Amino acid sequence: MSSDERYDAIVVGAGHNGLVHACYLAKAGLNTLLLERRDLVGGAAITEEVVPGFKFTTFSYAMSLVRPEIVHDLDLVRHGMMVLPMVKTFQPGLNGEYLLLGSDADANYHEIARHSSADAEAARDLDHIIARLVRALKPWVDRIPPNSLSKDPADIAEMAELRGWFRELDEDVRGMLETFRTKSAAEILDEYFENELVKSLYVSSGIIGSRCSVRDRESGLVWLFHKLGEYDGEPAHWGFHKGGNGGFTQVLARAFEAFGGKVRLNAGVSELLYEDARAHGVKLEDGTLLESDLVVSALDPRQTFLGLVDPGDLPDDLAGRIEDFKFQGTAAKVNFALKDVPSFPGLEGREDIFTGFTNLGPSIDYYMDAWADCEAGRISARPFLDCCIQSTLDPDMAPPGKHVMSCFVMYAPYHLAEGDWDSERDRLGDTVQETIEEFFPGFGELILHREIVTPLDIENLIGLSEGNIFAGELFEDQLFLNRPAPGWNQYRTPIEGYYQCGSGTHPGGCVTGAPGWLAARQVLKDRG
Amino acid sequence: MPLTTPFHPRIQALNEAGLWKHWAGYLIPPQYQYSLTAEYYAIRNSVSLLDTSPLFKYRISGPDAERFLRRVLARDIAGCPPGRAQYTCWCDEEGFVLQDGVVLQVREGVYWLTAAEPTLRYFRVVARQIGAEVEIEDVSKSYGILALQGPRAHEVIRQLTDAATCLRYFGATDAEIEGHPVIITRTGYTGDLGYELWIESGDACSVWDALMEAGSGHNITPIGTTALKMARVEAGLLLMGTDFHSARFAWVDAQRETPSELGWSWMFKGISQDDRPFIGRSAIELEIQERASRWTTVGLAVDWHDYERVYTEAGVVPPRHEIYSESTMSVYRRSGVDWDYAGYVSSFTSSSLLRTPLAIAKLPLDLAGPGSEVDLEVNVIRRPQNVLAQVKQMPFFNPARKSADMGEEKSA
Repeated sequence: MSSDERYDAIVVGAGHNGLVHACYLAKAGLNTLLLERRDLVGGAAITEEVVPGFKFTTFSYAMSLVRPEIVHDLDLVRHGMMVLPMVKTFQPGLNGEYLLLGSDADANYHEIARHSSADAEAARDLDHIIARLVRALKPWVDRIPPNSLSKDPADIAEMAELRGWFRELDEDVRGMLETFRTKSAAEILDEYFENELVKSLYVSSGIIGSRCSVRDRESGLVWLFHKLGEYDGEPAHWGFHKGGNGGFTQVLARAFEAFGGKVRLNAGVSELLYEDARAHGVKLEDGTLLESDLVVSALDPRQTFLGLVDPGDLPDDLAGRIEDFKFQGTAAKVNFALKDVPSFPGLEGREDIFTGFTNLGPSIDYYMDAWADCEAGRISARPFLDCCIQSTLDPDMAPPGKHVMSCFVMYAPYHLAEGDWDSERDRLGDTVQETIEEFFPGFGELILHREIVTPLDIENLIGLSEGNIFAGELFEDQLFLNRPAPGWNQYRTPIEGYYQCGSGTHPGGCVTGAPGWLAARQVLKDRG
Repeated sequence: MPLTTPFHPRIQALNEAGLWKHWAGYLIPPQYQYSLTAEYYAIRNSVSLLDTSPLFKYRISGPDAERFLRRVLARDIAGCPPGRAQYTCWCDEEGFVLQDGVVLQVREGVYWLTAAEPTLRYFRVVARQIGAEVEIEDVSKSYGILALQGPRAHEVIRQLTDAATCLRYFGATDAEIEGHPVIITRTGYTGDLGYELWIESGDACSVWDALMEAGSGHNITPIGTTALKMARVEAGLLLMGTDFHSARFAWVDAQRETPSELGWSWMFKGISQDDRPFIGRSAIELEIQERASRWTTVGLAVDWHDYERVYTEAGVVPPRHEIYSESTMSVYRRSGVDWDYAGYVSSFTSSSLLRTPLAIAKLPLDLAGPGSEVDLEVNVIRRPQNVLAQVKQMPFFNPARKSADMGEEKSA
């Protein structure tokens, strides 16, 4: 083959997992090239100055699950990593009620007790059992998952280890894991709480980015997944990266370059080059051929297995499995540049209430109504919104006194029953605006600029199939032993020298870096 | 009843957590908010405002002011010409540290000094002994001091005065803020970009208001002393009463420490070329010549993996969130002998920014070199357990902006 260049390793896609992975390979001394289709690195974790002075986290907007090992291994603090922990969580109601939680356990107790003292006590129990469960799961998040199909004695031993671990869990922790696997978020919350506002605050984690309702069984695990992170070792705590989530991928890019790696922008890959089930390079969209015996795809499973290679060259069960892999994006983003922070009746002038998640979705019925629209193929008339005004903590995000507001929107189904996303774009923006207005009267007058990101935009701009923000649903049949397919959950593919390291592999989506890290461990182990 | 600082009306109104502590007899919030981390990150991410008025403050003037300071201060006052500030210490005749502090010479011949403990009588006695014509005034109650610290500090202060912009690190100047005379120094206890302002007590609230207003678009955050202390460990700055004690009221030499034992031998780099007759000189010179220090004070970076491991193996979460401790922790040699005592940690914090537990420790000289490995005793579910720690050059965190020129570029 006549190629233009040769590398020890080529990583396809400079999302945060591609970057993490490339860092590890470069750190191990491999001459590594990282290819990015767009004109900036970061994938879904980017910050863009859409209006001068206003930094928008176009897609991904908060952090929690980044694995601490990665931060240390790659010396990310030296390259500028700084995650600002969220200070408060705000759950407004529509009738003047609200919940405003902070970092003091006793103050939180009394705040919840304004609504229900039983719930205030239950919240402590629930938070503690979740924290214990998260800690118990941590070793399995941070390792290459076992292969459930392999007949190799080492793999069989690992499966036995998994079963042993499960058996030896504290009974209440194991019970809680089973609860999350088998029950819906709303069902679990019904057992703990009586107050709708309290339930609402917790329940939204069960549907983030997923095509399910709060009463669908899938919502249990989706909820648990969002609790797997930590801040300063404190389980389930979230923060904002300095300069937005794009600030984090810039840190990774600096680390990668410090390890001697090379990034090439505007370099979309059209196909993997392979012969006799052995990878030997990639072909770029402009026809350039790049040679390497090691090619790693940070793209989602659909592109990794059906896009870059001929599915006919894959084992039938794998190709079929990837064809059936569920993406079905249901989330959108609407981002605002604001003159000031919104004003909540009774808490006027309080900027501090926005120093974390603001959860718009005040009752289980509200979430179910939003879901009914989704099932009918419509944008929810009153969507659940997860709003973050990062500029209340990070002055770099907006000009002095001004603010940016990131709104994560559900549901916005990728497949619309009527119309298409070009025609529905403004309606999405208007719906979000109207919804916020109901909670924060006068919101509309604060808006300086509005950016609408539809599920189709997510697919077109950053290549996440059907706009699924996790590179594939976080449902049990697509997690852990099954991500992206049973037997192919250890970052390898049927093509020798071709690996996968995106969020479509274990442990999954969110800014974790774990797929990139664990895939690197596998790659380097295979190289001996 | 404790005293209150000139900023009290403001800090009281902002003290959401309702916590107070006593600092040199004054009421000061250890934190204002429920979230200590939010205050800590204001120092590293935006800008913080801290009331340090409880410090003792002295004004030293008169024809022999410089001669007096050459005698009483251990560090060479020649390094503090007009327009400069200097971190300094003063010692007893045995070369043991009495106090540390910051001295300023704003205009020629007039010096200002901060101290953690009173030292007026002692200074006057020394002045008399050497027959110095010097006036030493206790101006502690006449001035409040505010520390404005963090990457946005310059952005805030430049809205109120141009005088701060040209200040180099440890520069000092007179200025006016909204018509009120102030002294501004490019100093601080955070190891970050920042300024400290001496403000006449009657003007205190007006200047506070002006700073808060100028900082409102930059997320200015009033901070208490705990966040400050977390930052000062990252900055490798010692705290009297914690990392060392004044020799003045010690009972035995084991409680006294020399500048070299505090890691301040850098203050005496030029000692062989000068003949300053400062108090403690002969003892300090001898100690340096003979390398006779009993120990020195170093930074310890705790091995993150080992720290995680000992707690994880016990089934609990490693304490890393909002951890700051002034309790003594023992340090052992990794000699193969169990519990081979080597020294101790005097300050400990788990740095959220650097994501590593950090400590200030006293170690014998053979263990004090950067990279040297020791065992640090921590408590895991109430049982002592050793974790690996490594001696590191302090400061642990030293951003370029701390000493960067603010003249042209932006402060962030």
